[in-house]
Amino acid sequence: MSKFFGSVDDVTRRLTDAGYLPSTDIATAVFLAGHLGKPLLIEGPAGVGKTELAKAIATATTSDLVRLQCYEGIDEARALYEWNHAKQLLRITATDNEGWDSTRDHVFTEEFLLQRPLLAAIRNPHSTVLLIDELDKADVELEGLLLEVLGDFQISIPELGTVTALRKPFVIVTSNANRELSEALKRRCLYLHIDYPTAELERAIVRLKVPELDETLGEPVVRVVGALRELSLRKAPSIAETVDWARTLVALRARNLTGAVVRSTLGVLLKYQADHRIAIERLELPEAREGQAS
Amino acid sequence: MTTRSTRGTAQPPADAMTDRLVEFVGLLRDHGIAAGPSETIDAAEAMLALGLADRNRLRSGMAACLLRRNGQRAVFDQLFDLYFLTPDQPQLSSTPESIDALRDRVVSALAQDDRAATADLARQALTELGAYGGAGTGQTSAPVTTASGAGWSSYLTMKSLRPEDLIARIVAGMGGNSDLDTTVHTIEANRRLNAFRTAVQTEARLRSAQLRGTEYIARRGVQSSTDQVDFLGAREQDLAEMRRLVNPLARKLATRLAARRRKSVRGQIDMRRTLRRSMATGGVPIAPVLRARKHGRPDLVVLADLSGSVTGFAEFTLQLVQALQDQFNKVRSFGFIDTCDEITSFFTPGEPPTPGTAARIVRNSNVARFGSSNYGEALQGFVDNYLDALGPRTSLLILGDARTNRTDPNLAALQAMSDRAKHAYWLNPEPSRSWSTGDSAADVYAERITMHECRNVKQLAEVIARLLPT
Repeated sequence: MSKFFGSVDDVTRRLTDAGYLPSTDIATAVFLAGHLGKPLLIEGPAGVGKTELAKAIATATTSDLVRLQCYEGIDEARALYEWNHAKQLLRITATDNEGWDSTRDHVFTEEFLLQRPLLAAIRNPHSTVLLIDELDKADVELEGLLLEVLGDFQISIPELGTVTALRKPFVIVTSNANRELSEALKRRCLYLHIDYPTAELERAIVRLKVPELDETLGEPVVRVVGALRELSLRKAPSIAETVDWARTLVALRARNLTGAVVRSTLGVLLKYQADHRIAIERLELPEAREGQAS
Repeated sequence: MTTRSTRGTAQPPADAMTDRLVEFVGLLRDHGIAAGPSETIDAAEAMLALGLADRNRLRSGMAACLLRRNGQRAVFDQLFDLYFLTPDQPQLSSTPESIDALRDRVVSALAQDDRAATADLARQALTELGAYGGAGTGQTSAPVTTASGAGWSSYLTMKSLRPEDLIARIVAGMGGNSDLDTTVHTIEANRRLNAFRTAVQTEARLRSAQLRGTEYIARRGVQSSTDQVDFLGAREQDLAEMRRLVNPLARKLATRLAARRRKSVRGQIDMRRTLRRSMATGGVPIAPVLRARKHGRPDLVVLADLSGSVTGFAEFTLQLVQALQDQFNKVRSFGFIDTCDEITSFFTPGEPPTPGTAARIVRNSNVARFGSSNYGEALQGFVDNYLDALGPRTSLLILGDARTNRTDPNLAALQAMSDRAKHAYWLNPEPSRSWSTGDSAADVYAERITMHECRNVKQLAEVIARLLPT
């Protein structure tokens, strides 16, 4: 079985080509996950690029990306597979005079099987990246289902038997840590916690994502965001917000970053009223005046 | 100036490395990181795959294999440094720089955010300022016994360096002229200074480990992870970190509560939705849909000890209670030291309380007459004035250490309260083994009311999860 990446440097280079700048932690964990053939569990605050990483890995390895978006109440039928009841009923009514035995053999065949993401990822003959997104949103039962998939890369369908992976997919599980995942699941994965990036890396990310931004603005933008993260806010701005903010500044044609500009665009960075108040107070931002946008 | 480090160039034999890894994992377990054998095997494979040359990579890789939870990384890093980095022998430069010159260099390195220079400076500062008891005088190669008292101290270093006074100069060195730049740079300078402090501490630990043997320091000199720091013994920087832990915790508990409610649906069939769903199965209603039951939301009454001995604890619990109040119909909070007063109005819905709320409440409300805890009086005050706050749907939560200064515990008042409430619980920030010591009435109270030990964020999370109404 071919490995996904040759070395850590290889990971860094190919992810960078795919438009994702990985830190040492990220590049090493991705390399090891591919090397050891284990799923990678990624945790971290919202907006630091957990899902983006999966997409970048798919691009970098020219794999198909199969995504299972978890939500409360997701079940076997949405995650693994489902029998197409309506079609089975049609088939039974269409062949009235057939015996029970042959009907039974016919309605439980591939033709009536609806593949859901997990089964699709396992049966895909091409190289695959399987992204199980926001697993903490799903119920605990789903974790039980995942154990077989993540541990042995196989799925048991009672009527058909066990389906084993043709090629081991690269599995990425993300979680916002809204609830603790079970020990059994964690044991089968490598663990990566993505935090806010260093100022240097964040500058590089802004430069990559918003090349239109004035070169002289890159530094202060990242610094202001860094300072905001040091305050005790309800939701600190993450990379996604930094990039949005940089785009906003480009759209406003801001040439330098003054208190008034920050104040009038604070809504892009902070999403809570209380956070606005703290930021205005601690950064001593001036009152927003009309026509002060640039 | 010391030369750039040449760490980890020697390749130890494989057997020694295995032993070292196993010993390392054993220590991780001692510090509450439960890595099993399969994780150890992964870590070994990671070591093979990554090689030992690049320590940063090795650290990232082993963290990926051995850790399973956010918040463990700080402990892991400290132990990793002890086990897999060998520090340079401290070299005394022939002419020790004056402290002023050293401070100038710290200012310029931090202003430019020059990592390599900062790391070098941390080492140098420790060499020149942090040695005590004869460490660093040339005979460091022989292990020093603990009794000899020699070692390296980050505290001594920082005391002579006084980096707090440098903030203004660092900010000036970072350039920028507007007001915004100044405030932003001050915050940033503080952060860098903290990083510098950590670097000095790490270096001091490394060198002390060399003097005393790795295991000695690894067991004693490593800070425990934040969710296991005691409320009562927490320092200022721990508190800030713990606050960050409590916020997501509250949301986590709230989602769990919501999920539990949804699952308890049973009863009448919802015809409309059942028929709608049966379309997928050709009109056969295979999965009936049940009508969701309306839940009355329960009330919560919190009674918190705000006396000086437990302020840290009270603040956290208030924060958590605040965040949970969306889930509860009505939250009323009361504070007490030696009398009892309602403090609900000190919290605004949807906004976490700011640090220092507890102190503000004590100043502006009627919770203290003489200022030392008197549980008997406080409970009586509640019974006299606010007993109607408790009803058949109310959960009562009392927070405090039950140290009554040898006054009457007033069990009758507590009994009256717990009789009226649906549930009554007591959270005690003291370890249960000291409940019966000194002036603590915890044991007496525990006979009348369920008392939980609640010493750190981890226990607080467990207790609150258990208390949530189902």
